[in-house]
Amino acid sequence: MSHPVGHRAPGTCAAQPCMEGKTVKRLIALFLICCAALSLSPAGAGEITDTLARIKQDGQVIVGHRESSVPFSYYDANQNVVGYSQEYSSLIVEALKKELNLPDLKVKYVPITSQNRIPLLQNGTYDFECGSTTNNLERQKQVAFSNTLFIIGTRILVHKDSGIKDFPDLRGKVLAVTSGTTSERLAFKMKDETKLDMEIISLTDHGDSFRAVESGRADAFFIDDALLAGERARARTPADFEIVGTPQSYEAYGAMLRKDDPKFKAFVDKVIADIQKSGKALGLFKKWFQNPIPPRGMNMNFDLPEAMKDLFANPNDKAFQ
Amino acid sequence: MGLNWGIFFEDAPFGGVKYYQWLLDGFANTALLFVSSWTMAFIVGSLVGILRTLPNRCLRALGTAYVEIFRNIPLLVQFFIWYAVIPELLPRSAGIWVKRIDPPVQSFLFSLVCLGFFTGGRIAEQVRSGIEALSKGQRKAGLALGMTMAQTYRHILMPNAYRIIMPPLTSESLNLIKNTAVASTIGLIDLTFQAYRLLDFSANSYESFIAITLAYVFLCLITLSIMRWIERRIRVAPTAPGRSRA
Repeated sequence: MSHPVGHRAPGTCAAQPCMEGKTVKRLIALFLICCAALSLSPAGAGEITDTLARIKQDGQVIVGHRESSVPFSYYDANQNVVGYSQEYSSLIVEALKKELNLPDLKVKYVPITSQNRIPLLQNGTYDFECGSTTNNLERQKQVAFSNTLFIIGTRILVHKDSGIKDFPDLRGKVLAVTSGTTSERLAFKMKDETKLDMEIISLTDHGDSFRAVESGRADAFFIDDALLAGERARARTPADFEIVGTPQSYEAYGAMLRKDDPKFKAFVDKVIADIQKSGKALGLFKKWFQNPIPPRGMNMNFDLPEAMKDLFANPNDKAFQ
Repeated sequence: MGLNWGIFFEDAPFGGVKYYQWLLDGFANTALLFVSSWTMAFIVGSLVGILRTLPNRCLRALGTAYVEIFRNIPLLVQFFIWYAVIPELLPRSAGIWVKRIDPPVQSFLFSLVCLGFFTGGRIAEQVRSGIEALSKGQRKAGLALGMTMAQTYRHILMPNAYRIIMPPLTSESLNLIKNTAVASTIGLIDLTFQAYRLLDFSANSYESFIAITLAYVFLCLITLSIMRWIERRIRVAPTAPGRSRA
């Protein structure tokens, strides 16, 4: 699998809220293409309003997954789909078998990307996905989201001996951001509002921004904490870097479901709530964020964020923006 | 598809300015980078071009090596070598000093050096072909008159060679304008960078790219007319019957 892409994948989600217009335009175009394709095929899936009934009828559930969204949903060395979100997928499928009394329920996996995931869900290509899709109000106009699986916060990555512990310490420092992301906008806003007098450099991708800190060109890199942990895990000397600062914004990743299917949403919500309340979710978090993970045994060394402690205590489907 | 040109007069999300000011800033950086790297490229290109026509074999080889290195590595790769690799090869303290230069100034300097050396290699070839196009007698005549090699180049060969290479030099200058766009990859806030930023923040992709297209064409046309003007000014009588200014 291609590693660099891996860590960037969740970033595309982070980038989207500030590009809603573009994304929406693109999605509409895709959607229209899909509609056209569907209208040509007589076996078009059409409107599905009761996913549970459909799964029971077909004896098959179709699960969407990501290919390189590390460590949420991606391929391991044997081309199996693994990851923190993928574990939720498997648990949901297990629960479906019990709920529908279908021990032989067939499971079909469909790879999706951040560009096609909404149209393919809407046209019935797959039934639900657990990956790294941000639940926001804009998207709720088109799809539904389950209880939140993961919450990212935007924080900074710094050299251990830099003395930077939080955002006010950035006075007079150089901050690297990735252009086009929500964090870039936040950084410039912060500079305008707080008169922190820092320099901001916008670079083209997360790898470049991280290298700016690694090479000493910048003092800090500002982006989603899970992405920072991923970049750090791939560094030559991960131990030299730490992730600090009060999160400046949050985003909630949820399982994406078809809109207007309350029965299915209630079912998935309950499964996720059970996983989180039972403490199983904490185990999943430790497995994927605090231990060596495939394919190369890197370790994210990522502490459980406060926001996620609250989430595990009180599962909910709240969107942050 | 309904273009919204009003977008340029809306407030940008930060910096307390309007979007069109982003583009103006970008244009200023692009133009400044072009003018400064052209100057550097012209000097480097002339020197290396002369090296390649000298009688001394070692100096000729040096010039050839320069040209082959700089024109056989993709420009994008050269940008990353200058920006990411060279600072790490310097002595540690010098490397740190370079990397702590104010970021906008730093990416400008790296872009200037990179484009200057790259375009210099290309201009060197034009200068060489210009000198080689002159009849051998000119060099010999200069030396026979008692001029040193330097004087022969200064007073006889170069003035003629520059006249000959004006047309390819003009198109190389236009190439340089377009090549400045690569500087956006190392964080220089030029026209291209601002267009992408406008796209990211306002989602008005058609408008921003049409605007920078026009800006690049504008810069090219200005350059073209200046180069044409110079070409006319320095033309010598035999090549332009009836329009001699001597």
